Amino acid sequence: MNAKDTLIHAVVLGGFSLAAAGLLASGNMFTADEIRLRAVEDLQASLTQVIPAAIHDNSPVADATTVDGRKVYRALRGGQVTGVAFETTGNGYGGEIRVIMGVDSDGKIMGVRVVKHAETPGLGDKIEVAKSDWITRFAGKFLGDPPEDKWAVKKDGGPFDQFAGATITPRGTVNAIRDGLKFFAAHKTEMLEVR
Amino acid sequence: MAQYRTIVRQGLWDNNVVFGQMLSLCPALAVTSSATNGLGMGLATLAVLTAANLLVAALRRFITAEVRIPAFVLIIATMVTIVDMAMNAWLHELYKVLGLFIPLIVVNCLILGRAESFASKNPVAPSIVDGLAMGLGFTLALVVLGGVREIIGTGTLFANASGLLGPAFTFLEMTLTPADYPGALVMILPPGGFLATGVLIALKRIIDARAGKKMDAAAPACHAAE
Repeated sequence: MNAKDTLIHAVVLGGFSLAAAGLLASGNMFTADEIRLRAVEDLQASLTQVIPAAIHDNSPVADATTVDGRKVYRALRGGQVTGVAFETTGNGYGGEIRVIMGVDSDGKIMGVRVVKHAETPGLGDKIEVAKSDWITRFAGKFLGDPPEDKWAVKKDGGPFDQFAGATITPRGTVNAIRDGLKFFAAHKTEMLEVR
Repeated sequence: MAQYRTIVRQGLWDNNVVFGQMLSLCPALAVTSSATNGLGMGLATLAVLTAANLLVAALRRFITAEVRIPAFVLIIATMVTIVDMAMNAWLHELYKVLGLFIPLIVVNCLILGRAESFASKNPVAPSIVDGLAMGLGFTLALVVLGGVREIIGTGTLFANASGLLGPAFTFLEMTLTPADYPGALVMILPPGGFLATGVLIALKRIIDARAGKKMDAAAPACHAAE
């Protein structure tokens, strides 16, 4: 291969790289704002599932604060914090299970939804509300009902059902919710304080 | 026309990506825990493969042989990334279902394989047909593989298809076994993917042998184009 050939290859590949970079940059420019909007909409959609509309007159998405390094979305009515929502995680069979949970100002669960998981399709994915109503049964529970040491699936001596063929997934989810309640208990005053 | 018939036949059966060329086994095994997942991955790949073949065939005169591989990779990766961003922005509901599969397509050797062995040597029209045929063959293979694993594993077929294709496709969702069918978890898990793939490849070879074809077990993966 002589120097001229090398130059041609370099020009061809350089041209393709430049064109690709240009296309990607303009693609990113056109879509970045839309994608950001979609992410906010997704968050809004999951927040409305865990915070009942009746308890707030603000927009919890806009009223986010950071508590102990965690994003906390607050529901306010008449200037009072009526509830909060935040994400918490547990370890499932296929990795991390991320849930978002809404807790009212007394520490009672208003709702829980799984945001992201990598559990076995057809087995562990029953934690999704689209597949099973299992996740909705946490509404109304708090630390005390059941107590913290009994906050577990039936196999571990607690009151929550596991699924046939899958124990690790519900266990991870139950643990995540318990950790969320402990997080709320530990930072309650900070979260409910109106700033 | 005869040329196109050969291309379609190669893509759908003789040189089927999964069961003939035994390419793209990684995505094939990873996503086929259900027929619906297989269909989603298959359709997304079909679209990308056809578009990639089109672009590579159209640009083939500008790409010198020595730098063709990086040039193909650039074309494919750029296209997939733009599709990924556009779907995230404007087809967000579909993106939430298919989004998982799209970045995986970049590393699917099938796309590069067809660019190298077909589109870089053929005009645009046959390359598009080749992309469609190979993509359809891949989709069929994934649906069959996912279907077998899903039926044996959980007793359902096309579960949650309405989530992928829309409510109009709820009729696809079937339960084929009695309600107390315990399921065979192993088929849903990765080992089941290997088991089902192996059995299906064996079946295809039996059918081919019955049909009196010459079996060429050691056929190189991408020889269809020659």
